[in-house]
Amino acid sequence: MSWLALKMLTGDRAKFVGLIFGVAFSTLLMAQQVSVFIGIVKRSASQIYDVRDADIWVMDNKVRFIDEAPGLPDSDLLRVRGVEGVDWAVKLYKGQVRARLEDGNFRNVMLHGLDDASLVGAPVDFVAGSLADLRRPNAVIVDENGYHYMWPGEPIQIGREFEMNDRRAVLVGVCKVSAPFTTLPVLYTRYNEARHYVPRERNLMNFVLAKPAEGFTADQVAEKIEASTGLMALSKEGFVVKTIKYFLSSTGIPVNFGITISLGFIVGAAVAGQTFYLFTIENLKQFGSLKAMGVSNLRIAGMILLQAWFVGLLGYGIGIGLSALFFEATANIPHLAGIFMGWQAMTGVGLAVGMIVALAGMLSMRRVWVLEPAVVFRG
Amino acid sequence: MMEPNTTATAIEPAVVCRGVSKTFGDGDSKVHALRGVDIEVLPGAISLLVGPSGCGKTTLISIVAGLLDPTDGEVHVLGHRIDAMKSRHLVPFRGENIGFVFQQYNLLPALTAAENAAVPLLVAGWRRGKAVRKAREVLDAVGLADRANALPSQLSGGQQQRVAIARALVHDPRLLVCDEPTAALDAKSGQNVMELFSRVAVQNDRAVIIVTHDNRVFHFGERIFHMSDGRIERVEGRGERGARSGEDIR
Ligand SMILES: Nc1ncnc2c1ncn2[C@@H]1O[C@H](COP(=O)(O)OP(=O)(O)OP(=O)(O)O)[C@@H](O)[C@H]1O
Ligand SMILES: [Mg+2]
Repeated sequence: MSWLALKMLTGDRAKFVGLIFGVAFSTLLMAQQVSVFIGIVKRSASQIYDVRDADIWVMDNKVRFIDEAPGLPDSDLLRVRGVEGVDWAVKLYKGQVRARLEDGNFRNVMLHGLDDASLVGAPVDFVAGSLADLRRPNAVIVDENGYHYMWPGEPIQIGREFEMNDRRAVLVGVCKVSAPFTTLPVLYTRYNEARHYVPRERNLMNFVLAKPAEGFTADQVAEKIEASTGLMALSKEGFVVKTIKYFLSSTGIPVNFGITISLGFIVGAAVAGQTFYLFTIENLKQFGSLKAMGVSNLRIAGMILLQAWFVGLLGYGIGIGLSALFFEATANIPHLAGIFMGWQAMTGVGLAVGMIVALAGMLSMRRVWVLEPAVVFRG
Repeated sequence: MMEPNTTATAIEPAVVCRGVSKTFGDGDSKVHALRGVDIEVLPGAISLLVGPSGCGKTTLISIVAGLLDPTDGEVHVLGHRIDAMKSRHLVPFRGENIGFVFQQYNLLPALTAAENAAVPLLVAGWRRGKAVRKAREVLDAVGLADRANALPSQLSGGQQQRVAIARALVHDPRLLVCDEPTAALDAKSGQNVMELFSRVAVQNDRAVIIVTHDNRVFHFGERIFHMSDGRIERVEGRGERGARSGEDIR
């Protein structure tokens, strides 16, 4: 009977292809949008993950997300260092400045001023140059995508010069970083260099990065820091969660993606579900004769379920495949780089497709279920 | 439980209906499709069910075939009271014992002639290869051996109906129920199909009931039940019961 069910399903090529196409298209739409959404959400926190050596972030207690931290007085660094359970603590500057290129063009960049002695928060992966060169005067490192953004179409070449805040900067390295939320170039320099690159502010340092001592967890120490300094201290994960929450609740992005993803679902349900349902209705007479010939409702239900499952699986497979091809093809486009289809997207979309075909299957089943086998004798 | 038969060779009827009535709908739109039908259908011959449009022929064979519940009365098929049967027993009973031929053939368009003819065996749980082999034999018997791999869309109406007959016979049912099997066919194909019924379908232990409008095929019937307005008006017979009631059939 399974053979019969599949034969009935695939018998009309055009309809079958239409069905599969509907599910595949809906899968592609959803998988693509869900992945981009997850990717962008992750990007909003990527700069936090990129700081690998510190586990605790300390900042002003009014901060809502990573890009709006105001300066802290230098004394705060000492206060953090004085808290029990803090192994070490260093300063970090992170903020936007404007770079002026040789040809007079401007680019906004995300500048990091790293603690001079330890270089905590420095990048790890280098495409050209090395971290050691950051110790040289006026030395700056830029991320690879940022390089191409600042000097489009040019090969990577260190030693290039530009200016920030009217002060000369020399490129000594090109590194890889996780794609940031904004596609700004990510620059690294030493804290004492950053002082000159940033237009005068009363307090430059806006983060303190710290490491818990042996025997303490990041969360424990963060709590102690908050208690004794009144600053906000978060473990890396805590900061990621806070940033993503802000992003989800305060930007229009989730709504927009939500709409597209729902559209994918609705299109899927409408096209695939509807086609499948109509397909069953058109075959009602055939199901009727099968019922007359001794096929029980339960077996009919099994046949329809198998058909729905088959359509769902095939359409989903094709849709996911196309979506994977899409991300494969766009892997080198900077504003899509780092976005890929994770298992979350695949599972979520799988569930959605499962829901669509289950719904269509159920509606179809109902129709066949209540069908009087006597209809076979009616014209 | 059956009444003793009047003939010497007491053949048990395959179908016995007692006071069968059927109404559709209620209130003003209530339709009395059957108003107390008593019939006995014997195996080993073709029984025709004839009468004007709307007199209840289809309703009656639907009830006899276990596709429709009567409103009243008893229906015995092959010794079982099917009007009282639970659908969990009735559905497999139908699959095993009854063959169907429909006016519109009702073949599955995606299946070849042989595969279509094999469907009742698949329903009965046969393996596909074996079922299709058996179906080919029956197609051979209905004269379609060379078209076994054709799709229904590649066959003429008469050929499709022959495939349907092969399908109805493939599992060797003891009751064959046909509703206007020749109505969609031209005169010649209709004759061929009826000849096929008398040659292939009729067997000693099988009853064949055919509903028809077509008086050109009346002579194929051993007995003819004339229906009118939900009742059996008269029964014409010849053959085993000897005496003919009603007029001669030509
Ligand atoms: N499902 C139904 N609902 C309501 N009325 C019905 C239904 N089926 C049959 N009827 C009515 O019952 C009566 C008998 O119908 P039936 O189909 O048995 O007639 P028939 O003798 O087969 O006619 P025909 O020769 O036109 O096929 C008709 O009046 C018909 O309208
Ligand atoms: Mg009829």
